[in-house]
Amino acid sequence: MVSLSINGKKRELDVAPDTPILWVLRDSLHLTGTKFGCGIAQCGACTVHLDGQPVRSCATPVSEAVGKKITTIEGVAATAAGKAIQAAWIKNDVPQCGYCQSGQIMSATALLAKNRKPSDADIDEAMSGNVCRCGTYNQIRAAIKDASATVKGA
Amino acid sequence: MGARDPNQSRRDFLKSSALAGGGLIVSFALPGTTRLAQAAGNDVKMSAYLRIAPNNDITVVCGLSEMGQGVHTAIPMLVAEELDADWMRVRVEQAGVDKAFANPIFGMQATGGSTSVRGHWEPMRKAGAQARAMLIAAAAEIWKVDPSECSTEKGMVLHKSGKKASYGQLAAKAAKQVPPKDVKLKDPSQFTLLGKSGTKRLDTAAKSTGKAKYGLDIYLPGMLTAVIAHAPVLGGKAVSVDDSKAKAVPGVRQVVTIPAGVAVLADGYWAAKMGRDALEIKWDDGPNAALSSEGISKMLSDGAKAGGAVGRNEGDAKAAAPAKTLEAEYEAPFLSHSCMEPLNCTAWVRNGEVEIWAGTQSQGPAQGILAQVGGVAPGKVKVNTMYLGGGFGRRFAPDPVIGATILSKMTGKPVKLVYSREDDTRGYFYRPASVTRMKGGLDAGGKAVLFTANVASPSIMEGSHFMKLPPDGVDEFGVEGIRDCPYDIPNLRIEYSRQEPGGVQVWFWRSVGHSQNSFFLESFIDEMAHEAGKDPFEFRRALLSKQPRYKGALELAAEKAEWGKPLPAGVHRGIAVVFSFGSWCAEVAEVSVAADGTPTVHRVVAAVDCGMTVNPDIVKRQIESAIVYGLTAALYGKITFKDGQVQQSNFHDYRMLRMNQMPKVEVHIVPSKEAPGGIGEPGTPPIAPAVANAIFAATGKRIRKLPILA
Repeated sequence: MVSLSINGKKRELDVAPDTPILWVLRDSLHLTGTKFGCGIAQCGACTVHLDGQPVRSCATPVSEAVGKKITTIEGVAATAAGKAIQAAWIKNDVPQCGYCQSGQIMSATALLAKNRKPSDADIDEAMSGNVCRCGTYNQIRAAIKDASATVKGA
Repeated sequence: MGARDPNQSRRDFLKSSALAGGGLIVSFALPGTTRLAQAAGNDVKMSAYLRIAPNNDITVVCGLSEMGQGVHTAIPMLVAEELDADWMRVRVEQAGVDKAFANPIFGMQATGGSTSVRGHWEPMRKAGAQARAMLIAAAAEIWKVDPSECSTEKGMVLHKSGKKASYGQLAAKAAKQVPPKDVKLKDPSQFTLLGKSGTKRLDTAAKSTGKAKYGLDIYLPGMLTAVIAHAPVLGGKAVSVDDSKAKAVPGVRQVVTIPAGVAVLADGYWAAKMGRDALEIKWDDGPNAALSSEGISKMLSDGAKAGGAVGRNEGDAKAAAPAKTLEAEYEAPFLSHSCMEPLNCTAWVRNGEVEIWAGTQSQGPAQGILAQVGGVAPGKVKVNTMYLGGGFGRRFAPDPVIGATILSKMTGKPVKLVYSREDDTRGYFYRPASVTRMKGGLDAGGKAVLFTANVASPSIMEGSHFMKLPPDGVDEFGVEGIRDCPYDIPNLRIEYSRQEPGGVQVWFWRSVGHSQNSFFLESFIDEMAHEAGKDPFEFRRALLSKQPRYKGALELAAEKAEWGKPLPAGVHRGIAVVFSFGSWCAEVAEVSVAADGTPTVHRVVAAVDCGMTVNPDIVKRQIESAIVYGLTAALYGKITFKDGQVQQSNFHDYRMLRMNQMPKVEVHIVPSKEAPGGIGEPGTPPIAPAVANAIFAATGKRIRKLPILA
């Protein structure tokens, strides 16, 4: 049994400790907001937070999450940064197909949580691990800047 | 113009496929979202496309697939405009398969070819106008007044006396009215929604909160997840399978061999993948084991040298004797679509019925195909179209829905078939590679007097298995974007040479033939301009004097990009203009090239003439999206073969454009009262030549082979 904290809830799960966090979230818990894109930490669609740090859940074994707090897209609005990012995403109508956007939002939230006024270079650095095949990068950048202007607790 | 209706072929394809399903009216509400339809409840059905709830919620039922292009917003806008609905109460619901939702351009229920707005501009407005007339008739009956004394506004019917009633109050009575056959549609000057900026997408909230449901997000009771070990060489077969280690992986339930390969079925994806990794399979590679990219390039090059079927012939290209000639060979590679959501389908074959959940662009054809696979009547196939995590043409192909259905039929269980990213990249259905040899001629004054192109590529028409080459032997998709060369050149000849490297399945890829042919034509026209000693914008402009909409888009892009004005040191411009899918799009790229040859695209200015627009904000985003898609391919995209195997597998070796490489993009829409053109694809073709031409301006080096960063 593996004991996890996911979006503030304790979960006991019968999964092999080397199973990637992604498949525990999706196949065991049906938390489907976290997406499978590449399986090798190349696209960022699966990004979740471990104790607030963005990680690629497709390539992180669930054993690494034991004793840490997992936050997914389903729980990210509980933080000031996550709330501001999601609101800015909606205001800017960012998504097209939308498939990568959970991961984009998780990466952007982690950026904003530690840097309330990210520069373009900061955004490039934090967001270049997240691929968007629809090409919404300029809208993502605009939304992060919007969120930076509105986020509480600067 | 020698080109025929660009959609005729696909229309024929779908008709001739004889896979039409009938009857079944099913609706599938995408769950968990704010502006998406809830369960029907006591909604009143006004038509197949529209329901009105007593609380005034309007549900528009959309038969087209939402893959990012915004159709789940555009179709409701068309209905809402003529209905005079309160947009804030409008919701959208995905339809099942029904002939009411046949795409008027294809004659089948399918989404692609940038046809959605073009095909539904009138029918969906009529659906709204018809319901509006029925609501007015109901109100007039209740109030005992003449319908002509009534008007509508924001979901209300109003009478000149001051009486008013909401659509929700009137719906039950309205639905009993006889739908009027002829309804008057608004003059575009009366539009309040269409063509106006500021209408948000209906799917944004769901897609910003993780609630939007894609094919991969389906979980059914007792479902198995399948991963297939495909033959490493297309056409290869498993000679022997040792599945003992695979079956020892905890969670693995079954291993079965199907035509697509050896499938491992397990409780979840991870177990299925671990099981697949543990399979020991001996493959017979079959006839394609020697396939190599070098061999393919040579075959295509030889084909282009030899020429072939004549697709267009004007003047006398063979006899023309220009003062100056130039000749060049261009090459474009195979490309993978690489949708963000790896291909997948969940199928459940039970009690004489087939039900699938899939992000598919072709639910109509899928119904017919799966009826054959499942051995049931088409009416017994239910297709639940989920959100598509990208489509780009790839989700028009039926391979995942067939695979999942076969596996569910074999196991008797619901099966979710998942392609790993590697399976997706290596899964064929590629944009065809092409080699094209072009010749240009200039008179003594530098005017273009000759253009010939010999295109050599595999045939999508034949490769689709649903179409045949037309009697003239010219594949429509092989030559689109070059056969319809718009430039006023008196001697012009286009030939097509079909070349089939063994086993490679080719397919529709965002903008299809234009994706390579516009690169060839618009780069070579630039070569001709240079040879003539003329500015590339002015050279094109002079040759487009009889093509006002080409010229309009070209001039707007040049004006907005301030063509001719100095740029920062080291930054250079390139330009291209292309007509595709009913729209004209010109792009100016601003590019610098580092000492090691690496280009940086700083800014792209695009101008599009797509006729009247539904949602100009979405139009601009689609052009920007199409630019990124085309730029990604132009810089990095190539699928290559060695010893019969695809050499790329995932995003580390099939690279994507990322945030830190994203240019600024400006999109300008040519004001127009013409009928709408397509918008999902037309932004893709001009970007590769615009960038390549800018690189030439920067370095004097022509890019004649893609990708640029080979």
